[in-house]
Amino acid sequence: MGSGLLDEDTAAALPEGRRLEGRGVPWRERLFQLGLWASLAVGVVFLASLLVYVVVEAWPRLDLRILTHFPDIIDPSNAGAQSAVMGTIWVIAFTALYCLPTGILTAIYLEEYADPHRWYNRVVEINIQNLAAVPSIVYGILGLGIIARGMGFGQTVLTASLTLSLLVLPTVIIAAREAIRAVPQSIREASLALGATRWQTIRRQVLPAAVPGMATGSILALSRAIGEAAPLLLLGGLAFITFNPSGLDSPFTVLPIQIFNWISQSRAEFISLASAAIVVLLVILLAMNSLAIWLRNHYSHRW
Amino acid sequence: MTGPRRRERAAAGSSGFLKRSQPRHGEKVVMVLLAAASLVSVLTTVGIVIALIPPAAEFFQKVSFGDFITGTEWSPLFKPPHFGVLPLVTATLMVTVIALLVAVPLGLGAAVYLSEYARPRVRSVFKPVLEVLAGIPTVVYGFFALKAVTPLLQDIWPGDDGPQVFNALSAGFVMGIMIIPTVASLSEDAMSAVPQDLRDGAFALGSSRMQVSTKVVFPAALSGIVAAVVLGISRAIGETMIVAVAAGGRPNLSFDPLEGMQTMTAFIAAAGIGDLPTGSTGYQTIFAVGSLLFVMTLVMNLVSIRLVRRYREVYE
Repeated sequence: MGSGLLDEDTAAALPEGRRLEGRGVPWRERLFQLGLWASLAVGVVFLASLLVYVVVEAWPRLDLRILTHFPDIIDPSNAGAQSAVMGTIWVIAFTALYCLPTGILTAIYLEEYADPHRWYNRVVEINIQNLAAVPSIVYGILGLGIIARGMGFGQTVLTASLTLSLLVLPTVIIAAREAIRAVPQSIREASLALGATRWQTIRRQVLPAAVPGMATGSILALSRAIGEAAPLLLLGGLAFITFNPSGLDSPFTVLPIQIFNWISQSRAEFISLASAAIVVLLVILLAMNSLAIWLRNHYSHRW
Repeated sequence: MTGPRRRERAAAGSSGFLKRSQPRHGEKVVMVLLAAASLVSVLTTVGIVIALIPPAAEFFQKVSFGDFITGTEWSPLFKPPHFGVLPLVTATLMVTVIALLVAVPLGLGAAVYLSEYARPRVRSVFKPVLEVLAGIPTVVYGFFALKAVTPLLQDIWPGDDGPQVFNALSAGFVMGIMIIPTVASLSEDAMSAVPQDLRDGAFALGSSRMQVSTKVVFPAALSGIVAAVVLGISRAIGETMIVAVAAGGRPNLSFDPLEGMQTMTAFIAAAGIGDLPTGSTGYQTIFAVGSLLFVMTLVMNLVSIRLVRRYREVYE
């Protein structure tokens, strides 16, 4: 935190005249601060103009048809993105089913059991940090080469959700570890001192206290998966799909891919269609993020 | 006293008061289960390597590695095909450099502001903005680059030959904005980890806030800041959707940011969409280019991880 010896509040408390006389703040200082402020402002302005642009472009098509109708290449003026919305729900539900248990169990192992000085635990640790930064399209290659063709699952909901769960697994692990680490050591020691075993301590003391943090992190990780398009391009997500998935073995498309598809079309109707789908996608993400923030604020422990 | 209890006591008396606790097999089972879960992430890396190497090896039996890495023409699906990856690499580097020119100054400026200047209330406004920027799907960034930034650039460009419809400049610029949160949050972590004593000492010697920020905090946090930038480079190299949408699909060995060019990631995506038959040379190019991409980002990530570890060791 940036509070110096003479921090903002003390400085403000001094009457104007008592500041060091006549010096004021040199212009270089002001310019520097202005520059810093401007670099944040660029991000804010960009974000605002992006949101305004998307909503304005989407306006003519921003009605329920985007949810109730299916994609239509011939008649875009009446098309919707229902198959993509349902595809997103299917794929993300199974992604959550695969990656949340795996990620949370890994986090418990690394925080509560693993000896960080052992080489194999260090390998796991560095491996996770690296995986978190591996380009998403490389996961697409993994999905294509191993899951879709090697294991023969094909271009299905199952392949897509397995691939995405491997993609967001490092994010889930890192978030869950932070939540576990935030539980004070004294809680564990008290429990162990009362005769609880290691696992009893984890299950009855550590995990209940860490659940809100884990939930927040998991939701944020899944919202990353929802917006992800690149790996699914390799897994058949771009196929022209005008029906909702019916099972794990069903072909699929998802919202970001449907958006990519419509952006690539040249006719103007597709642009408002793409924008409307972007609005739907952003609203879903916003809802998930709000839920995460609400969980963080309502259930977070103060020790 | 009832019978069994007395017997228990008697047993305790004969074999020491504290009995040896029963072995708890459940504890061991749980630990094995947890360790097994953590293997999944290791297997993911193994899986990536296994997915990449065999098809890439088959590819390099047909095309020499030298031709691949130094060739200047990339047209794998034409007849006769050319497999020179340089146009894809230069396009990737072009877009990455443009993105960094945007993300490094803005990201570091934001980090210094948030760590050294902003009051808690200001921070609580700006940090979510960065989080939202980080959470916007990249296909949306690509859409904005293609449909809003490029037309804007074409409008305000002085002279006739402005940016083409697909160009590296607007893709790189928008990617730079996308990377700001990565650079800003990691380097802010590093700056916040600098001990307050160092700042107080400098203030006591009469330094201004700017001097403290640039001459004390910045150098002290340098390894973390470099780690943030390196991670930013890795993200820029690996980003797919922005370039696939806004930088075009034509391999183009050019250093003119106003032209369209296909990056490595955009090629992989385009070839992947094509649903090429397993075993064909076209299919194998995905894995050859993918291996190159994986190695490039792996090097960046390992450098970044090591640098972060260094500053953590010093200050935490």
